[in-house]
Amino acid sequence: MDMKAMPIALALALGATGAQANKVFVSNEKGNTVTVIDSDSWTVIDEFAAGNRPRGITISPDGTKLYVCASDDDTVRVFDTATHDELYTLPSGPDPELFVLNHSGNPLYIANEDDNLVTVVDTETHAVLAEIPVGVEPEGMAISPDGRVVVNTSETTNMAHFISTEDYQIHHNILVDQRPRYAEYTADGRKLYVSAEIGGTVSVIDIAGDGTPTLVDTIRFEVPGVLPEWLQPVGIRVTSDGKWVFVALGPANRVAVIDAATDEVVDYILVGQRVWQMAFTPDEAFLITTNGNSNDVTVIDVARQKALRSIQVGQQPWGVAVTPDGTPD
Amino acid sequence: MRRPICLLLAAALAVLSAGGAAALEVRVGVIRVDRPQLAPISRLEEWPRDLGFAGGRLADEDNATTGRFLGHTYVTETAAVPPDTAEAALDRMLGEGLRLFVVLGQGDDVLALADRAGDGALLLNAGARETRLRDADCRANLLHVAPSEAMLADAVAEFAIWKKWTRWALISGSHPEDRAMAEAYRRAAAIFGAKIVEERVFEDTGGSRRTDTGHVLVQRQIPVFSEGMKDHDLVIAADASDVFAPYLPFHMWDPRPVMGAAGLRPVSFHAATEAWGATQFQRRFEALTGRQVREEDYQVWLALRVLGEAVTRTDTADPAELRAYMLGPEFELAAFKGQKVTFRDWNGQLRQPLLLYDGRINVSVSPQDGFLHQRSPLDTLGLDAPESSCAAFR
Repeated sequence: MDMKAMPIALALALGATGAQANKVFVSNEKGNTVTVIDSDSWTVIDEFAAGNRPRGITISPDGTKLYVCASDDDTVRVFDTATHDELYTLPSGPDPELFVLNHSGNPLYIANEDDNLVTVVDTETHAVLAEIPVGVEPEGMAISPDGRVVVNTSETTNMAHFISTEDYQIHHNILVDQRPRYAEYTADGRKLYVSAEIGGTVSVIDIAGDGTPTLVDTIRFEVPGVLPEWLQPVGIRVTSDGKWVFVALGPANRVAVIDAATDEVVDYILVGQRVWQMAFTPDEAFLITTNGNSNDVTVIDVARQKALRSIQVGQQPWGVAVTPDGTPD
Repeated sequence: MRRPICLLLAAALAVLSAGGAAALEVRVGVIRVDRPQLAPISRLEEWPRDLGFAGGRLADEDNATTGRFLGHTYVTETAAVPPDTAEAALDRMLGEGLRLFVVLGQGDDVLALADRAGDGALLLNAGARETRLRDADCRANLLHVAPSEAMLADAVAEFAIWKKWTRWALISGSHPEDRAMAEAYRRAAAIFGAKIVEERVFEDTGGSRRTDTGHVLVQRQIPVFSEGMKDHDLVIAADASDVFAPYLPFHMWDPRPVMGAAGLRPVSFHAATEAWGATQFQRRFEALTGRQVREEDYQVWLALRVLGEAVTRTDTADPAELRAYMLGPEFELAAFKGQKVTFRDWNGQLRQPLLLYDGRINVSVSPQDGFLHQRSPLDTLGLDAPESSCAAFR
């Protein structure tokens, strides 16, 4: 990376998009904290205790509430995004790892890694609405753009389970490669990407009009000088225009850039060590990656597909979420 | 290690028909053969009664959970027998139609069962470490999930070379399995460029290996035994019989790190490892069994998961079809060791990373960085294709 060009690039990007400052929340799995970064200055503005082994992290649609899976506390902790105070906890079932919010902000669908369950929790009444038995070691969670289907990936069963949000039944299962970690829909809901960490692949699943999923392609990765064993796909993000897919490659310390039209890898962006999960800023100008082993996050310029800078956070950053525009301060 | 137990696990499958939809029932049988043996040198390592079985129970749960979505069900049958009835137990299971087996035991026990089971059966070795089972004594119907003695020695050698500790003193026991372990380290030294500057044999005279006064004698014996060795960087302990190696650290004449049967030990798995999602495995195992996992438990779990994964992907229970799939390019399995495990098609050995364990933490994991191989770095551990005299897989 050209270090001198960075501030200029940043300034250009910010100027071009007219972006407002957003808060970036990063869960630190080993540090038991959440780090808060200002997306205007890209400086750390706070770090606060977030329970034991915080991993999955997300924000309510109105931007006011931060949800954190405190895995070793067997609970979801809810924080005020303005004050960073803990508001209350939600029942999560044992060992919550990742979750996804309904587009309306309610309910929350939680993967319970130790218990082979997906737990559905009402974020207003705090009641458990359903517990859905899934495969062994459920992890990845995604919700279809129309809100009708929640997808869970199970790491040892090696499946994507398609769960109806109406009857909480599994309607389809798709076998993917070893240790599926994450699932991400395209904005039109017609494609689902599922990463397989140990398989070293991303499965491309076509979603038919009636919701039937079909495995249609498998994306593989290759980086000169990097052992194939270390190309371990984890986090996935797709731009809302459906053109670009970003895949975090774990210990390969790179984010793969995939042209969604062809599902071909076009570039690899060098980031920090053991890159795990990612989040866009609301304008999609920037993509923030958590780098677990270098204890930092990397900010990627999405349009230029370049890494801009790294920011030191807490111990073993895992997940990242960004407040939407218009969030009250 | 003198294998106390021969565990035999058999799986049989029957195709059931339910309302037109084909379902597959996987009947799994487990036979364990217990051999008389001395208690381990540390009471922290006493053999649990359900050694191996416990890993099988977890694998059954894992396989059943996955099978639920595919119409595959798994049923396990278990039995523990002394050595002289092992073949009878096998015969009974064969008579019930079982054709898939997992064996945990000494090399000769495993070979006898493989030969008796015959061509129509498939056995997975989850215990025996003798390298010869992957070499001249290999059998076409026997695949190896347990790492070989050669793989374990190579895992230690790579770490020692990475540390630039190339002058080894080799102290081996007097039992045949100790001598086999010593030979694995001699081979590793030759391959990786270490020099064995001195060898000594610790005779097992049946002394007070584990009595209240054992340490008093040992404190005087070991320094004298290890006095005057040529300059060395580390000591390799080849003590498969668990007689003396744990007494080497702190008692030797020269203060040097110990690896092999004590100090830094190569293992397939241990209860402290939590990298690569292993935390989830440990928690599930402990919740199910009420104790911590042992290597034998992990290896039986892994053997059953190999079977389960092959059944999941092929939708069949035919031993020949499953064997072909396992040895083929499509087979891969996540095993909580950071990369996929696969089989070597020239001798049926499962490729896998090995953990270097000090009794508390993962000190390191082999293969080490920089040890390369045209096929996979994992093939720097153990017998490679050109040096294998296994004919049954050609």
